[in-house]
Amino acid sequence: MELRPILSTLRRHKVTSWLLVLEIALTCAIVCNAVFMIGQRLHRMNLPSGVAEHQLLQIQLGGIGPKSDADAQTETDLAALRQIPGVRQATMTNQLPFSFGSDSNGTLMLDPHQQQGTAQVAQYMGGVGLLATLGTRLIAGRDFEPGEYVDFDAAVQALHDDNTRGLPQDLIITRGLAERLWPGESALGKTVYFGKALPFRVIGVVANLARPKNHWDGVEYSTLWPIRMTSAEGASYILRTAPQDRQAVLKAAVAKLKQLDPNRVVLVKRTYDEARHEYFANDRAMAGILVGVIAALLIVTALGIVGLASFWVGQRRRTIGVRRALGATRGDILRYFLTENFLLAGFGIALGMVLAYGMNLFLMVHYELPRLPGIYFPVGAAVLWIIGQCAVLGPALRAANVPPVVATRSV
Amino acid sequence: MFGYYLDLALRSLKRSPGLTALMVLAIGFGVAASMTTWSVFRAVSGDPIPWKSSKLFVPQLDIWGPDSRKKGGYNDIADAFDYTDAVALMRDHRGKLQSAMYQVSPSVVPADAAKHPINVTGHAVFSEFFPMVDAPFKYGSGWSAQDDQNRSRVLVLSDKLNQKLFGDVNSVGRSVDIEGKDYRVVGVVAHWNPQPRYYDVVNTGGFVGDGAEDVFLPFNTAIDVGMPNNGNTNCNAIPKESGFVGLQHSTCVWISYMVELDNAAQVESYRNYLEGYMRQQQQAGRFNWPPKYELRVLPDWLSFEHVVPDDTKVSLLVALGLLIVCLVNTAGLLLAKFLRRSGEIGVRRALGAPRNAVYAQFLTEAGMVGAAGGVLGLLLTGVGVACVGWVLPKDIAALAKLDVSLLAMTLLVAVVATVLAGLYPTWRASRVQPAWQLKSN
Repeated sequence: MELRPILSTLRRHKVTSWLLVLEIALTCAIVCNAVFMIGQRLHRMNLPSGVAEHQLLQIQLGGIGPKSDADAQTETDLAALRQIPGVRQATMTNQLPFSFGSDSNGTLMLDPHQQQGTAQVAQYMGGVGLLATLGTRLIAGRDFEPGEYVDFDAAVQALHDDNTRGLPQDLIITRGLAERLWPGESALGKTVYFGKALPFRVIGVVANLARPKNHWDGVEYSTLWPIRMTSAEGASYILRTAPQDRQAVLKAAVAKLKQLDPNRVVLVKRTYDEARHEYFANDRAMAGILVGVIAALLIVTALGIVGLASFWVGQRRRTIGVRRALGATRGDILRYFLTENFLLAGFGIALGMVLAYGMNLFLMVHYELPRLPGIYFPVGAAVLWIIGQCAVLGPALRAANVPPVVATRSV
Repeated sequence: MFGYYLDLALRSLKRSPGLTALMVLAIGFGVAASMTTWSVFRAVSGDPIPWKSSKLFVPQLDIWGPDSRKKGGYNDIADAFDYTDAVALMRDHRGKLQSAMYQVSPSVVPADAAKHPINVTGHAVFSEFFPMVDAPFKYGSGWSAQDDQNRSRVLVLSDKLNQKLFGDVNSVGRSVDIEGKDYRVVGVVAHWNPQPRYYDVVNTGGFVGDGAEDVFLPFNTAIDVGMPNNGNTNCNAIPKESGFVGLQHSTCVWISYMVELDNAAQVESYRNYLEGYMRQQQQAGRFNWPPKYELRVLPDWLSFEHVVPDDTKVSLLVALGLLIVCLVNTAGLLLAKFLRRSGEIGVRRALGAPRNAVYAQFLTEAGMVGAAGGVLGLLLTGVGVACVGWVLPKDIAALAKLDVSLLAMTLLVAVVATVLAGLYPTWRASRVQPAWQLKSN
């Protein structure tokens, strides 16, 4: 196809052509960045938690007035909860991956004399059966022995006194943290330090356990501690059950806890899936808004192309007729308009790429977004070219149907 | 004359319904998408107390020192107060109005023994809190400074909790059982749920859903009865003693503080006071680092605490981009449409119409397209705002309301933007040479 006649025609419609090019460029830039942002959100929303997501239930209680016998009460509660049909495991924990509310973190050191911590890690504490209940997979070493668990109160006191007695000696870490601390080595038997250089030995490594929040510090930097907590200290009951039994078990468990002590208030009762859904609600919302905006943009751009192409076809009816009379086939006319649109879209896309890059730089500086990966450019270009060709097809077909006899008529 | 132009515009638009529909659709879409996103933005970034926000300040004291910053790897000083300093600042009372506050979540035991206790949310505050934040009272008022001093068992209820406990009556003077102790109701706050929850963003993160707070209790009383903190607690060292009393003796920060200062002189003197307070504490041996403090005015404080999610700002930019694309699109279509009528313009000009008349005629037409796009945009904005409900979290979506100002804005943006987009095409139309057009036809 000869491009020169197309280019010279476009030169006569400079402003309209430029407006179309500009529109495509802006669309291209915005869509590339918006799709990228959606990708970021989806990636976040799909982060693995490392727990048996569809099998967990969480119940958090608030007490009324001070409770002196919280430990005994917790043991009684757990024993009763384990009796409920369908409950496979039950324990208490201070937090869950991807959950709201306060989270517990500690500064880990590899050397007792370090001035600055090596990493901020999440601290999961829980009673006997913590790993089994969460469904966190042990990939090296061993789980805590029943005799190794200590009470939270005793642990806090010991931490404050800077005394290792009353504190657990061992802990379990995630694979991600192990690789961060000792790349290429086994973590088992190694020592890490918390607080004022209190040593703890790594006895086990789990495949994964995501942090409650603070993703920017490293999603997978978590530690597990054999420390028993109670509702009074803000911990929740965690039950593991078959996915289909969840609602029935949740109801039965709440009823059982109320029956054991009616003077308690249920603060939280939910499945883990609900907790996770709620946690990522903002990301889902942002992705939703962006999808809406992208759709609107592409529709508007397509409408613009249809409008201008129709106008041009109307304006050039006579010329088309003359060309047809001189022997041009319908296919020639159709190809002419498709090529013209391809060229215009090409200019727009080229300009759009530059704009997209600039916009991304702006967002990187102001909103801490990562760099736009290169793959977005060819994909964005292809999408816009296809949309352009589809949009222009209707008017082009109408042009191809102009009969040669038009050439002989005066307008 | 304007009527005539309107008539002309209408005829012209009718002549090419396809192109007209395209333009109206493009404008409607663009305006609606921008306005929907903007309404969300406005809702979350809105100044919650615009008539007073420039007089409300949040102080911060560097009670942890540079070492804790180095260890933690951050640059900011603590954004809340420990008990010692909060109480000291309240005692010194150097602002016009001020209050330390913390979040509580006590259980209220209904008088009817058959009913279960209910968990409520609220804040422990000082008496000056109510005039400082302009809390609207339905019945009664806040408590007095004397009540703060005497550690009286008084409270202020929300309208909602008042209805739940007493029915819709003036309950001032009646008593409410909170965790086994009786409190006398001194006031009932009318529906009041400011978003963001500006007086305590440290604990609420700014947005707390559509539930207003149920109770306000005197700070000292809440401390006396050991009503624990239900908000965030940040520590740089583990408390020496356990429990709530241990927290009060610790350097953990968990108390929010707000102060009202009416003019620059008061702000300056309060700054001096904070500086002096820190110096005095340093001399008393509490700190071994140079005094450091911050005093941020409320809007700065909200932005410092990232109360407005970055997301909405980015989506606002995206929406603006969308509007620009729509305008470029409209400009192109209007240009096409106007130039098609070069012949008509030529005739009018040849018959003596001045350029201004051509301007008036075509801008009227652009305005009409804009108005039609605006009406469509209104409908679509309505749909958009309704849809926000199922994409956005409830607490934010509830704020993105359709109100008269949003509707007026939508219409205005549509018309103004279209007329702007029509300026160049109109200018081109007015340049049409009458002679050429007449000749070729």
